[in-house]
Amino acid sequence: MATLQLKNITKRFGDTEVIKGIDLEVNDREFVVFVGPSGCGKSTLMRMIAGLESATDGDILINGERINDVGPADRGLAMVFQSYALYPHMTVEANMGFSMRLAGVPKEERRAKVLEAAKILQLEPLLDRKPKALSGGQRQRVAIGRAIVRNPSIFLFDEPLSNLDAALRVQMRIELARLHDELDATMIYVTHDQIEAMTMADKIVVLHDGVVEQVGSPMALYHHPCNRFVAGFIGSPKMNFLNVSLASVNSDGVVIRLPGGGERSVPVNGQQLNDNAALELGIRPEHLVLDEQGPLSGQIKVLERLGGQTSLYVQMDDALVTIMADGDVAYRVHDTVRFGFAPERAHLFDGNGLALTSLQQHPLAGLTRHDNRAPGSSSEELI
Amino acid sequence: MTKTRASGRTVGGLRTLSLQAPAVTLLLLWMIVPLGMTIWFSFQYYNLLMPDMAGFAGVENYEYLLTDPALWRAMGNTLLLVGSVLAITVIGGTLLAVLFQQDFSGRGIARVLAISPFFVMPTVSALVWKNMMMHPSNGVLAWLFESVGLPALDWFSALPLTSIVIIVAWQWLPFALLILLTAMQSLDEDQVEAARMDGAGPIAIFFFITLPHLRRAISVVVMIEMIFLLTIFAEIFVTTSGGPGLATTNLAYLIYIRALLDFDVGTASAGGVIAIILANIVAIFLVRMVAKNLAD
Amino acid sequence: MTTLGSKTAPPRSVAGWRSAQAKRAIITVLGWSVALVIFFPIFWMVLTGFKTETAAIADPTLIFSPTLESYQAVQARSGYARFALNSVAVAFGSTFFALLIAIPCAYAMAFLPTKRTKGTLLWMLSTKMLPSVGVLVPIYLIFRDVGLLDTRTGLIIIYTLMNLPIVVWMLYTFFKDMPKDILEAGRMDGATTLQEVCFLLLPLTLPGIASTGLLSIILSWNEAFWSLNLTSSKAAPLTAYIASFSSPEGLFWAKLSAASTMAIAPILILGWMTQKQMVRGLTFGAVK
Repeated sequence: MATLQLKNITKRFGDTEVIKGIDLEVNDREFVVFVGPSGCGKSTLMRMIAGLESATDGDILINGERINDVGPADRGLAMVFQSYALYPHMTVEANMGFSMRLAGVPKEERRAKVLEAAKILQLEPLLDRKPKALSGGQRQRVAIGRAIVRNPSIFLFDEPLSNLDAALRVQMRIELARLHDELDATMIYVTHDQIEAMTMADKIVVLHDGVVEQVGSPMALYHHPCNRFVAGFIGSPKMNFLNVSLASVNSDGVVIRLPGGGERSVPVNGQQLNDNAALELGIRPEHLVLDEQGPLSGQIKVLERLGGQTSLYVQMDDALVTIMADGDVAYRVHDTVRFGFAPERAHLFDGNGLALTSLQQHPLAGLTRHDNRAPGSSSEELI
Repeated sequence: MTKTRASGRTVGGLRTLSLQAPAVTLLLLWMIVPLGMTIWFSFQYYNLLMPDMAGFAGVENYEYLLTDPALWRAMGNTLLLVGSVLAITVIGGTLLAVLFQQDFSGRGIARVLAISPFFVMPTVSALVWKNMMMHPSNGVLAWLFESVGLPALDWFSALPLTSIVIIVAWQWLPFALLILLTAMQSLDEDQVEAARMDGAGPIAIFFFITLPHLRRAISVVVMIEMIFLLTIFAEIFVTTSGGPGLATTNLAYLIYIRALLDFDVGTASAGGVIAIILANIVAIFLVRMVAKNLAD
Repeated sequence: MTTLGSKTAPPRSVAGWRSAQAKRAIITVLGWSVALVIFFPIFWMVLTGFKTETAAIADPTLIFSPTLESYQAVQARSGYARFALNSVAVAFGSTFFALLIAIPCAYAMAFLPTKRTKGTLLWMLSTKMLPSVGVLVPIYLIFRDVGLLDTRTGLIIIYTLMNLPIVVWMLYTFFKDMPKDILEAGRMDGATTLQEVCFLLLPLTLPGIASTGLLSIILSWNEAFWSLNLTSSKAAPLTAYIASFSSPEGLFWAKLSAASTMAIAPILILGWMTQKQMVRGLTFGAVK
């Protein structure tokens, strides 16, 4: 049972403010992912939670208690470092048991606990090895094991998969998700990789320049990004942005004039818009469809066939857009294509980069990873 | 993301201070007390043989020293010694570093042999050279000269300063070699290969790739050698004792003569101040260079 | 393209292989000749130590009947062991104290840096720039007045202070190379500062600390300015003892060689072992 609250957390290094007042709630047993480009402050934020860095201002509360002045070891947290930070001169067993050794736990008890954790992670055959003799994935598991042994109320992961190769990363991702289910612990996870965020999180916190851009479930961020930054950051390949102009606003949405002439009505709330507001249309590559009658057109510059899918990079008048199409499309480079989109899939951003709110909530937007696993358990969230 | 983080703890500064305090205090005392005394003495009449003649001397010690031809001779010798040894060790060291960078049979052992003189204590190397190498009748060099029909040379009377230069260079060439070889090993092989793909031959590679890469190491070698060479003492002490005449008296040796042989503390201190000033002119450059290094 | 290719391709033809072999042979000969010429005085000294005094001043030859008589004479006549003991005591003593004072300092600088850390380090370096001869007079007078002249304690104090900046610098560069994450992981595991240092920092940087200590030993062992000026008979280390052979009546080459060989052998071996790390220390980390 562990909850975490951040209240107006600020961090300054000298004159530079890297965290600019963050408020956040992490619920019990939640898997929360901090995601953002490098330099956004996500690691600093986690280090403040861990106690390795002090907060310049604001409060950190665990289970409602302020722990700003509590030392890192006494916060009931465990952290898995990006570099794993295994103690190179100790065996796997000594690594995992180090915290207990410092706490004066008797040897047998230490061994029992280490074995228990080793079992969960299939580390038993490796207990006598030194970190140098382990593969990257094994080191990763030892680092996680060291955290498990401490029986923490909250696990912290600082980009734990970034030193692994692609295949191993996928495997560890699955393993971490499984571990979360098994341990039923609160986990906070820092990454710059939005795929890790999307696949593992119950709740994603998108950080940029020391502020929280948006907090929400993966599907909520994907379908209802609140601004252009989140829209561009979540989703791969990246969302396309096109400059459009406003034609009219009515109760069904906003009518926009597309480059190349056509008009479309997008179901978003445009009541506050000025008559000649600058607008940007955001549409994900997988939501653009090739269509002879489509309102948009351009010339294919690059064509990448992935087998099941084909990525088309299409040059329009003032933008290069990406289209994810079927694997078998017959187009070739330099062909001109026409394409369109379903209006309810489109996003509109105003001059400040803020999204106009959608008139319809996406049915999956409230869904978290846990809801996937327990069918019907939170059906009330499905609108 | 890898920038150094200050431990944000408020007590951090205090803890840092208390851990550093012993080292800093001791060094501060080590620097300030003798330095202050040297400067103080340099303005005093102070001769251990003439205890009654004490008191403020103003700049008289400096005047006496600066008008003494011995000082200028010693300064000249110092500069000559430093300059020649530097030239020999830096040029020789660079060439040797290139040689020992090549792959050849037994390179490891050859390398170890070549850097050995640096670990020999100065009194030993000076005496070995003076007696066994440069001795006018029984030395190895005399024997070599004779066997090719040349007259044997009495090194320390015919070429006193040159002899000292040879001994000191023999000690410091390995130092230059060691530093430059290490620096050379950090040269990116890809860069050399890229240059070779661009059509550069070995000589072009040396001048356009290797030498620029070594620039910092060379300047470090120059600075550090300069600091040590400015105060060469033991080699002179055990070979020529500054002679014949003043031929091999450098600034360090002159101060030694004034202080511990003539017991003229005042003049010796004035000489000390001059030596400190000389060394600091060099040091400023070295500190600046290392500071630059510390920044990245 | 073809000329470029032929120039850069590895020599595949027999002629190319031969010329590569020839080049290697030339470099081997050159490298070894240079190394042997540089090493020759040391080699000759070692050899002379095994000669009789008469053989030592005879025409140079490699063929002679080796004898240990000079080694025995050196010990019997002048008590070599006493000077060696002084050298050992002074070198190890000063190194011990330098490490003791420097480790906390370097720890603080590497892991708890403040705005002033860089300045402090540079200032320490600058104390090295003070030429010993510039402060010879006051140190001599202070030592005379407090009775430290010709004592091991006096030399230990001087050498500790002399080597302190280099020791701090070297430890600092070693500590800085240690991943901070590991210490932080230790802190997360509940280690106190002292436990952090004892269980993590010291075991992990032991090779660096050892080579720092070795460098300090080498520098103290070979130091000849202060030992010549501040000691006479009681506390004289080997550097000063060897210098006594410079007097004209003491020209016994075989004994000089035997004594010198014993004086430099341990340091030569230490030097060979630590050459890589020495570069770091001697250049204040500017060359690694």
